Amino acid sequence: MKTKRELVIVGGGPAGLAAALEAHKNGVEDILLIERDEYLGGILQQCIHNGFGLDYFNEELTGPEYAERFIDELSDKKIDVQLKTMVIDINDQKMLTVLSSKKGIEFIEAKSVILAMGCRERTREAIRIPGTRPAGVMTAGAAQRYINIEGYLPGREIVILGSGDIGLIMARRLALEGADVKGVFEIMSYSSGLVRNKVQCLDDFGIPLYLQQTVTKIHGQKRVEAVDIAEVDDNFNQIPETKKTIECDTLLLSVGLIPENELSQQANISLDDITGGPIVDQSRETDIPGVFACGNVLQVHDLVDNVSEEAEIAGKAAAEFLLNETKDEIKQSLEIAPGKNITYVVPHTLNINANTSPLIELFFRVKDPAEDCKISIKDNQEELASYTRPIVEPGEIESVKLPIKLINISSDEIIVELITGGE
Amino acid sequence: MSDKIYDILIVGGGVVGTAIARELSKYNLSIALFEKETDVASGTSKANSGIIHAGYNASKNTLKGRLNIKSNPMFDQIADDLKVPFNRIGSLVVGHSQEDKEKLILEKERSLAQADIDLRIIEKKELREKEPDLAEDAIVALYAPNAGIISPYKLTIAQAENAANNGVDIYLETEVKKVFHENNYITGIKTNKGKFSGSIVINAAGLYADKIAATVGENYEIVPRKGEYNLFDKKYGSLVNHVIFPMPSEKSKGILITPTVDGNLLLGPNSYVVENKDDLEVTEQGLNEIWDGGKKLYPSLPGNGIISSFAGLRATIPAEPYNDDFKIEALDNPVGFIDVAGIQSPGLSSAPGIAELITKIVDDISKDLKVPIKLQEKSSYNPELDKLPRLDDYKDHREDWHQVYQEDNDYGEIVCRCEHVTKGELIAELKKSLAPLTLDAIKRRTRAGGGRCQGGFCGPRIAEIIAEEFEISPLEVTKNGPGSEILMERVKDIKADRDITYRRQKDEN
Repeated sequence: MKTKRELVIVGGGPAGLAAALEAHKNGVEDILLIERDEYLGGILQQCIHNGFGLDYFNEELTGPEYAERFIDELSDKKIDVQLKTMVIDINDQKMLTVLSSKKGIEFIEAKSVILAMGCRERTREAIRIPGTRPAGVMTAGAAQRYINIEGYLPGREIVILGSGDIGLIMARRLALEGADVKGVFEIMSYSSGLVRNKVQCLDDFGIPLYLQQTVTKIHGQKRVEAVDIAEVDDNFNQIPETKKTIECDTLLLSVGLIPENELSQQANISLDDITGGPIVDQSRETDIPGVFACGNVLQVHDLVDNVSEEAEIAGKAAAEFLLNETKDEIKQSLEIAPGKNITYVVPHTLNINANTSPLIELFFRVKDPAEDCKISIKDNQEELASYTRPIVEPGEIESVKLPIKLINISSDEIIVELITGGE
Repeated sequence: MSDKIYDILIVGGGVVGTAIARELSKYNLSIALFEKETDVASGTSKANSGIIHAGYNASKNTLKGRLNIKSNPMFDQIADDLKVPFNRIGSLVVGHSQEDKEKLILEKERSLAQADIDLRIIEKKELREKEPDLAEDAIVALYAPNAGIISPYKLTIAQAENAANNGVDIYLETEVKKVFHENNYITGIKTNKGKFSGSIVINAAGLYADKIAATVGENYEIVPRKGEYNLFDKKYGSLVNHVIFPMPSEKSKGILITPTVDGNLLLGPNSYVVENKDDLEVTEQGLNEIWDGGKKLYPSLPGNGIISSFAGLRATIPAEPYNDDFKIEALDNPVGFIDVAGIQSPGLSSAPGIAELITKIVDDISKDLKVPIKLQEKSSYNPELDKLPRLDDYKDHREDWHQVYQEDNDYGEIVCRCEHVTKGELIAELKKSLAPLTLDAIKRRTRAGGGRCQGGFCGPRIAEIIAEEFEISPLEVTKNGPGSEILMERVKDIKADRDITYRRQKDEN
């Protein structure tokens, strides 16, 4: 019941898979990958549309194909995989309790842990939609699973709230199955999904996107019968005279994703209030030494390609943690903070030692869309570097590569800012 | 088809109807209980605060006051017998001024004059020790250590199961349309599923008790009074340690905050009369009202911690002569009709006392019935339910779960990841005779689908398990009964395709 492991990876989605492979490539021999579902690949397996891998493989793959590349590579290696197994407890000593139908309760003492649990969808409750509580209100991801994995249509007349990528993808998917998709309603003044998804999933199928509109009420006792829609002003206040009722049998929600960090919290790992994920340094190490986080559990990504790349950073770092007997002395520690017009930055801290890569990539999101702007990295008032961008959107993660040599040796904080227009 | 014949017909499967059914099942009587919905605990009993009140503000001049005070001490035994989680965490009525303090002292003295209840006034220091996150300006509280929390629907379900085990027939999706009486005697009922004979009808129909009573010529009105609630993620369950009330108003005990037995935090209810008895809409104003109430007590209440909002309706009789009290009485005409109506707050807290009172009333009228009965205790009565294993109960000794797992490997497969519910737990519940095959029934019994993702991940899987175990189509699985089907149609038989591909691959190898 009690075993010891060098490296345990929690979650067998794209992040867990890439982290496992990278750790193995860097010399870790004893790896256990734990996945709660009956197959590897995570949410990719229900994403049967294409568009994956353009960055990472330079070709366009479907979700299952993208996953398959990693799964195939994994099966050639000596990496232990436990499916249908769930980590139910983890503590700050890296002790895990796991449960499976194959082995029951097991306790695992890990030297290093990579957290790759992914994220979940925000529900109706998180955005407080008034009204009744009938069948037919579901997240876009649940609908995707019903159609693509189980083979059932969850509704015929669909209203979609939120223009997140899954919502856009599901608008097209439901239209292809013959459902009547009445429109996608987005409370913001811009689509929160990728531009290409708006074009390929809505425009090409004649599905309207209504900006600055939201669902204000759900009707129906047993099954959804209609929803009320209203326009909102710039402060998100509903404009009552614009209220209208749309008949439908299903309300799909695509209103954001939340990193699943219940285990991280159990282990007392510090979290970032904005991302909902752990606070990490450039190697994706959390504030518990030897515990790393990558993929959507750390920050919600737009593209799986970026998840794979981030997971490789964590996998490599876990290998270094396990195999480097003598830890390199940290020469400088500093915080990386979001400044003007920036929502968050990952990594949150830099711990620079002799081995730190000369170029550090910073990932962040902007607060509002902007054109002809520049990203500025600052140390106090001093600009260390700047990067011009023709267009930035909150729906698309931005990144810049910062040469470490530009950082002042005495600095303990740098700030990422977005400078727009006349500033 | 001849009518089914019983001694006693109980209308309504709420906490009151099922408590009465369980209590009467101690005796050699044939009893049937009728519930119009798919599951018991589908009305008021599924959406209320889940508080067992200490009875501090109950007046002995009212029936509800007397029954509350009488019932409170009975819950330890009931919870123990029925394996329903119950916790005497105590309640605090919080005051913010010297004036509040004087009112609370008065309230305490008034209560003590009526009944021997453990009540204490506590000052700021002790209050802060008990509730560190309470608003700074809270300076005094009336503390009632005997107040408790319980899951109202789990209690109701357990009472129904125990009653069924002791011989009560429970008819779900069976709506009572009419009560028959002949020459001043009750003779039976008509339902959507046929007629049933019996000499006693106990009207515990909650919001619809007036409609049932009208069929025997009674004339009173049940007025629905809505209360809206927010449920918070378990992460925040430890923010509050007691049932926290604001200073009470005339009509209600106010918007309270309490931990639940499942470890969540519950905020609510507000209180206002609505027109329709099926008006369970949560409203923007209502949610704002309870939010404001909560913030006054706990400024650090997390807005993004809300995982569910819901509304419940209290069944009240505001009119004379009841004046918002319970209406519990046997009619003189027709003999054999017993009203248990207007059971608003503290109805849950009073349920065991109500059941005892009804038993006494039944005994009183037993000789005068069309078909007289005699209450004789039966030796086969078993007050206890078996306890089903729950992974959540093994938090501090996970190793012992391995034993549960070894007996049935389904206890190793987690289906609901947020609430840690295994397939074994789901199937054990589904196999019980009373359990309807709906997602809501599963949620109320096991918490599966009731956590932070609200079934986003496990909903499809639970529907699949229900379908597999009971050999029905997933298209037949509902949220809460006919009309609330989750899925619309088959798009393609993906699973079969997958199996074929898999077999082909295997053959090729």
